[in-house]
Amino acid sequence: MLNHAWIIPLIPAVSFFLIIGLGKKMPMKGSEIGLVSIFTSLVLALITAVQWINHTNAAVTGGEAGASDGAAHEAIVKPVIKVFTWWQSGGVKFGWGSHIDGLAVALLVVVTIISSCVHVFSLEYLRGDRRYTHYFAALSLFTAGMLNLVVAENTIQLLLGWEIMGLCSFMLIGHWWEEEANSRAALKAFFTTRTGDIGLLVGISIVYFATKSFSIETINQTVTDGKVSHLVILMGAIALFIAVIGKSGQFPLHTWLPDAMAGPTPVSALIHAATMVVAGVYLVARLYPVFVSGFSIGTNVTIGGLNPMALIGGITIVIAAGLAFVQNDIKKVLAYSTVSQLGYMIMGLGVGAWTPAVFHIFTHAFFKALLFLGAGSIAHSGSHHSFDMKESMGGLRKYMPITFWTFIVGTLALSGIFPFAGFFSKDEILAFAGHHGYHSFMYIGLVGAFMTAAYMTRCVWLTFFGEYRGGHAAHDDHHTVALVAHDADVHADHHDAHAEPHESPWLITGPLILLAVLATVVGFLNAAPFKIEKFTEWVQPRIAFPEISVPDFSWLEAGESLAIAMAGILIAAALWSKDLGRLRGLTKRNKLAHAGYTFLWNKYYLDHLYEGIIVAGITGPIARGAYWINQKLIDGTVNGVGIGAREAGKWVYKNIDQKIVDGAVNGAGMAASETGGLLRGLQTGKVQQYGALLFGSSAIIGLIFVIVIK
Amino acid sequence: MPINAFLLLAAFLFCTGLYGVLARRNAVLVLMSVELILNAVNINLVAFGTRFQGDVTGQVFALFVIAIAAAEVGVGLAIVLLIHRNKSSINVDELDSMKG
Repeated sequence: MLNHAWIIPLIPAVSFFLIIGLGKKMPMKGSEIGLVSIFTSLVLALITAVQWINHTNAAVTGGEAGASDGAAHEAIVKPVIKVFTWWQSGGVKFGWGSHIDGLAVALLVVVTIISSCVHVFSLEYLRGDRRYTHYFAALSLFTAGMLNLVVAENTIQLLLGWEIMGLCSFMLIGHWWEEEANSRAALKAFFTTRTGDIGLLVGISIVYFATKSFSIETINQTVTDGKVSHLVILMGAIALFIAVIGKSGQFPLHTWLPDAMAGPTPVSALIHAATMVVAGVYLVARLYPVFVSGFSIGTNVTIGGLNPMALIGGITIVIAAGLAFVQNDIKKVLAYSTVSQLGYMIMGLGVGAWTPAVFHIFTHAFFKALLFLGAGSIAHSGSHHSFDMKESMGGLRKYMPITFWTFIVGTLALSGIFPFAGFFSKDEILAFAGHHGYHSFMYIGLVGAFMTAAYMTRCVWLTFFGEYRGGHAAHDDHHTVALVAHDADVHADHHDAHAEPHESPWLITGPLILLAVLATVVGFLNAAPFKIEKFTEWVQPRIAFPEISVPDFSWLEAGESLAIAMAGILIAAALWSKDLGRLRGLTKRNKLAHAGYTFLWNKYYLDHLYEGIIVAGITGPIARGAYWINQKLIDGTVNGVGIGAREAGKWVYKNIDQKIVDGAVNGAGMAASETGGLLRGLQTGKVQQYGALLFGSSAIIGLIFVIVIK
Repeated sequence: MPINAFLLLAAFLFCTGLYGVLARRNAVLVLMSVELILNAVNINLVAFGTRFQGDVTGQVFALFVIAIAAAEVGVGLAIVLLIHRNKSSINVDELDSMKG
């Protein structure tokens, strides 16, 4: 399979066309094709992973036998590359194939597992949807796009996967486009990521002209060897990083990601955990030498380590975490937490922590998919398809035990509580930042950890504890008669008649349980406290790659971040669980707190900035400027010329026009009128007849030319 | 590969497009047919371009045609939309206000 990993993205791609073509006629409306294809991809990806691990182990033991002890990690594990010529133009060959190394394998496994879970979940979640077939088709194509990006052998193939995902996210976010908000969200996601995509095109071009290659391996090798001018690579890295900011929802282009919640919940899980947003981080990890040498990562620590990547990542962590506090929509809380976690990954890559950042992609995928699917389960069975935590949730712990416990696992993993997956990956990023002199970023990360724990506690509290606020709440003032009517309504609306919240069916809880187990155990693949470094061993490249020195694990530092996260949970729990009268409603009484709340509620006014100021700013002044020029400049000139012309005109009229011209004109007019009468029949006003005459006459002229020239 | 096959394909596309332009009544279909004609030209350009290995002029030209075709469709559809607003019909036969 290592040599033929290019098949993996092809399977869902073919499935897309099969579903579009035949889906509606199938007994399960095409979803079975999607399921079979994604499971096949999953199996192939797992086989690839096993083979890669064997490949690595063989190389490492081989290296041990050859070299002296301690050199085991220097063993060369070459990526397995397979290329076909896709097309060639002007002497440049464009390849299509697979570039399989540890990074690609890790992502293949993640994407296929999450996508399989999402497929199964969607079977129940979207049952009876009016565009069920199209939904599964888009899901297949989405997965195909991400898998293609993951196995991409060259930057052009990577771009292809990247753009396919842009299209699919647009289709899926706007799945229920009948509501205007949804279609606006889809457009916003599309345009915002497109803004970044320009950077990708420019970046790929710059890197191509710098290294004379599209091949990822060659690019990395050339840049690592230092054969390229620093300035060029810096430009390339900046352009590529703009693409990453757009795709991975980094500040200041993160605004599309929370709006993308308009799509069906399983899609949110897919976008946030496995595809789309991970693509940006993956791009950085993939072309890491370009970024390292472009932004001088790891070499300019002395001046505070201010490289754009770490800085943007750090800002994103805190800004997004702040926004998560004021959301009432459970999916928006999770969306901002994704933005914040992506900030950790970008910051990790920015401070040189390649392996921890990639490991964080890996672990984050599992628990974030788990949380999103959990939110979907709540909306499906607990809160009448509403995502509002304050209005329609609360007390769901009793009704939905499986969802509750899996959600708790996801929350603990996200908050970085030992021994769940998030602990190991997040802690490693922070330890790395601290050990490599990026102290400021370590503190930002710790603040982020505190905020994460706190807002997730708030979210869990509002959803699962307290009194159930959904269902009948809206009808309290209509008394019993209304209640009966309401119940009848509910029975009519929902065929499975769930006036009471209840646990979801196994098609929904199954994926939840699987993901909860994974979110608990995958952390141990790279558990620094226990000297387990399997993930590092399998994934970290050892060829064409900057040096990564892993700091020793210290319980003290890990304890610090653990304590901070625990403090976050406890403080938040105290705040939202007990009736702390003074703190409750603080935002309504205290002016400063209220101002802060409003500021957060309006998302730092970034949307206003983009839509109100930038868009209006560009269109407004241009229109006004054009109007001014029209009124003052052009009209003035025209008027001046007009006055002069009028005087001249009077004279001309008297002497020339009346006497000389009129005579000639009248004569010519007579002649023209006679001829016109003849030709008038042709002017039917029908464009197509004109077209036919035009083509016919040019065909005749062409014929004459051919005959004459021959 | 002989160039004839490409030229035949292009000729077929051109004729299809021409038929559409001259005979269809629906303005949108007329626009689509214009696209067919343009693409027939593109095929010719690229096909003849293969005669000169290493020279991409033909392909570049085709790219320009594609870009212009996109702009043309943009303007064309806007016109059709306005016509539909004014006349609530996009039948090209009814558009004879240019009649002499």
